Amino acid sequence: MIKVVNLQKSFGRQKVLKGVNLEFATGKITTIVGTSGCGKTVLLKHLNALLLPDEGEVLINGIDITKLGQKELYRIRAKFGVLFQGAALLDSMTVFDNVGFPLREKTRMNESEVKTKVADRLEQVGLGEMGHKLPAELSGGMRKRAGLARALIMDPEIVLFDEPTTGLDPVLATGIHQLISRTQNDFGYTGIIVSHTIPQVFDISDYIVMLAGGVVEEVAPPQAFSASENPIVQQFIHGRTEGPIEVL
Amino acid sequence: MVPFLGRIGRYTIDQIAGMGRMFLFLISAILQAFRAPAKLRLIVYHIKTIGVDSLSVVSLSGFFTGMVMGFQGYYSLRQFNAESWLGSATALSLLRELGPVLSAFMVTGRTGSAMAAELGTMRATEQIDALYSMAINPIKYLVTPRIVASLIAMPMLTAIFNVIGIFGSYAVGVGILGVSSGSFFSGMENSVVFHDVYSGMIKSVCFGLIITWICCYKGFHAPPMATGVSQATTESVVLSFVFILVWDYFLTSIML
Repeated sequence: MIKVVNLQKSFGRQKVLKGVNLEFATGKITTIVGTSGCGKTVLLKHLNALLLPDEGEVLINGIDITKLGQKELYRIRAKFGVLFQGAALLDSMTVFDNVGFPLREKTRMNESEVKTKVADRLEQVGLGEMGHKLPAELSGGMRKRAGLARALIMDPEIVLFDEPTTGLDPVLATGIHQLISRTQNDFGYTGIIVSHTIPQVFDISDYIVMLAGGVVEEVAPPQAFSASENPIVQQFIHGRTEGPIEVL
Repeated sequence: MVPFLGRIGRYTIDQIAGMGRMFLFLISAILQAFRAPAKLRLIVYHIKTIGVDSLSVVSLSGFFTGMVMGFQGYYSLRQFNAESWLGSATALSLLRELGPVLSAFMVTGRTGSAMAAELGTMRATEQIDALYSMAINPIKYLVTPRIVASLIAMPMLTAIFNVIGIFGSYAVGVGILGVSSGSFFSGMENSVVFHDVYSGMIKSVCFGLIITWICCYKGFHAPPMATGVSQATTESVVLSFVFILVWDYFLTSIML
């Protein structure tokens, strides 16, 4: 179970998160939406302590990870898989080695077990024949899929997706959404997605969280979220320039 | 007046804090070298990138440095009818000072800048965050193997620089300017002692540490954008040069 309590974070004089309180449902997909620069990625990076808050707590199964030492933190991070915005594949390695990297570094699996598991994951994301390629030789969509295969290779309990469909065409974006949904069904992980792709991302989400002005404005299942009377939510969903969200 | 003093104070505190972070980074990287598992494959790989890949530029610069020393040494020594000391003068200069310093400069330009740019790009493209999120210590994975590799590769490069430099001086002094081959080598044999060799080697080990420490630190903490990477690369090269010269002074004063 992941719980965020009064999370606050500033960069210089800019206060990005002003007291976020949030609970993520276990085994479900929660999507965080909000305007550009509202702190969605900053919030996401607090969930596995890639960023530490100025104030507040991030509780994973009741443990506040903001106060952990390095050793305990690495143990908690092992529960996570992360798909970064640009996939963040290590560009000196092939796709196969990228996906197998956590297994080789963090487990005692022998090479044949590593090969079997990596091949399985690559097959699941539709990259069965692409293992020998370098990240630079892949398209944007393929890189995301390879990143997803790497994020899932350690069978994580929680998977964080930072704008998984940014820069992809609508067809490919839907493909990535379906892939996330399918893998979540297969592995049962808790998925947390930061996305701008609305309303398409609603189809795979169990809950939608709207972040605005550094705080949580709305948390609801997709249908209830769409029907919300909150003017901020309505302005965001319909992409209107007039309303409580300041534009430019 | 008070805001001005405040700015100076803040700048001073920032600089001291920055130096503290650099030292903690180094200590952390060194401690990781003693923690299992040792990254032997990565160390060997970086010995290749730091050592083997720098071999051509180090050899070439060593040869031309030696040739210049051959000319300069010959015409300076001739004023005192001491041309036969050319071998000795060249060897002592190279072994004690020029070999370690110039090969360190070459490695900084050839490999140190590449290290800073590579780590800076990894920071900008979230590859370092990806390592953290996979519960892999990026300092152990990215920095420690480079530091260990540089400690091994730098003395070897310096030794090669020295040998080729002496050969360059020999080619000019004996081959072009007519110094006798026997006096070139006997002068060297009479004046060079083992202390000259190992003091140069100690310097080269220290310079290897300085190059990888500074270049990795700058790259690792580069602002995540194109200008941030270029700035980190420039700063890493300039700071490495300065540190190399400052440390050269201290080491020379201790070991002479």
